Amino acid sequence: MLQVSAEARDIVPPARSRVLTRTLRRHPGIARLAAIAALFVLWEIAARYWVDPMFLSPPSRVIGSLAAVFRTNGVPAALQITFWELAVAFVISVASGLAIGLAVGLSRFSRVSFMPIILLLYGTPQITILPLFILYFGIGPASKIAFGVSHGIFPIIVTIVAGVQNIKPILLTSARSMGASKWQIFRWVIFPHMIPSFFAGMRLGMTGVLLGVLLAELYVSTAGIGYFTTLFTQNFDPTKLLGLISVLAAMAIVLNEIVRRAEVHFGRWRAE
Amino acid sequence: MRRKGSTRDRLLSRLVQVAFVGVLLTLWYLATAKWGVSHLLLPNPVRVYDELKDVLGSGEFIPDLRVTLTELAIAFALSSISGVTLGYLLSRSQYAIRVFEPLLAGVYSIPIILFLPLYVLFFGLGPASKIALGTTISFFPIVLNTIAGFGYVDRIYIVAARAMGASDYQLFRWVLLPAALPVILTGLRMGFIVALLSILGSETIASLAGLGHRIVHLAEAMETARMFAYIAFVVVIAASLNVIVTMLEARGRR
Repeated sequence: MLQVSAEARDIVPPARSRVLTRTLRRHPGIARLAAIAALFVLWEIAARYWVDPMFLSPPSRVIGSLAAVFRTNGVPAALQITFWELAVAFVISVASGLAIGLAVGLSRFSRVSFMPIILLLYGTPQITILPLFILYFGIGPASKIAFGVSHGIFPIIVTIVAGVQNIKPILLTSARSMGASKWQIFRWVIFPHMIPSFFAGMRLGMTGVLLGVLLAELYVSTAGIGYFTTLFTQNFDPTKLLGLISVLAAMAIVLNEIVRRAEVHFGRWRAE
Repeated sequence: MRRKGSTRDRLLSRLVQVAFVGVLLTLWYLATAKWGVSHLLLPNPVRVYDELKDVLGSGEFIPDLRVTLTELAIAFALSSISGVTLGYLLSRSQYAIRVFEPLLAGVYSIPIILFLPLYVLFFGLGPASKIALGTTISFFPIVLNTIAGFGYVDRIYIVAARAMGASDYQLFRWVLLPAALPVILTGLRMGFIVALLSILGSETIASLAGLGHRIVHLAEAMETARMFAYIAFVVVIAASLNVIVTMLEARGRR
């Protein structure tokens, strides 16, 4: 078999102990960690011996510099503000996305009328109007929150509408034939069906909010995160730049993971 | 009777759509012409239209458009070649898929735009940093979809083809490729779109030329009407590129 022979090739050569081979085979997670570790070692070696220290610094020094990054005047405040911008933008996106999604999705007529407009807006590259957001909302948190919402709200609306739409008509018909009121149909048929798509929408919305807020943060180079990334870039200080970027990446990973876990948790009943 | 009702509904919703756009345009016009909203914040739609005609007529957009499209073409070529190749190689072994797919998916979930300052440090403000960012961002949907396409071909087909004596090449050409192609094409389309968006984005944040740069430049010069004209131009370009790749994807699927 093509598949099997290819699989056999990937395993550690037979000279190594069979136990190691078997462990790696059973737990791809360990091999994955090894791959990550190998990447870091490669980065460390490259940064130490091959690349000009003006451009790249080894991970060991980046980790060591985290404390210095946090001590840099203004960085903790900027990170904190970014976190709040993300949180506020996410809450606004979810609340208004849910409201608009329900308003548009619950009636066939409004869905047919407004969905094309929403999809059109969703499809336009919002990045082109980023300067407008700064013009209208200033360089403070308001513009970043607004830009984050502009990225986060559309995937939420679209998934909510899809979730409402995908309910099997037979469920609605049978609920109605058993004499359920409009509210009862919403509460006991539509609402439980929406939960998985609601959380899927939240995950996509979080991705959008992160993108929007970070784009706006990087764009404004006179305050906040963007100021420091520009500063570290212009000073050729890759250690601090990498440190700041890793902190932001960690923030993004944690926020993503929270909503992803929520999605898996609340979407489970449907799979059964 | 139902059909009749649904045609009337469709007409009505078209009407609602037209009215929605019409109301927006009227409000925009009234706000600028009658209610005294500053033209620095919101230019008059008529002036935007004139500026757009001027931009298109004078051909001023050509150098910027060329820069952006060149960056896009190079970035997409790099990411599609590397993404499909790596995806195919990884998909040859279920074990490699189990090891590397979560890793790639994990990196994909980080907003890669964060690397832009780093790329500017490495490659400078010119096109190279945009190409690098566009390549990085579009690489992930392409490689993940290639893995999904090749990696989860139904084993029955492979077994059947082998049982009928298919060679490696025949297996690839007549079984694996047709089964994987739709998924890969979706990945390529997604990659193309995110490459375009990230290139526009990085031009907006830090650059010397390109459409994103032009918009920022006009915003800083407070030439709002011309900026609106350029925004409309870029939106139309992006939309037409989107339509083209979607059509190509649909054609490739057949």
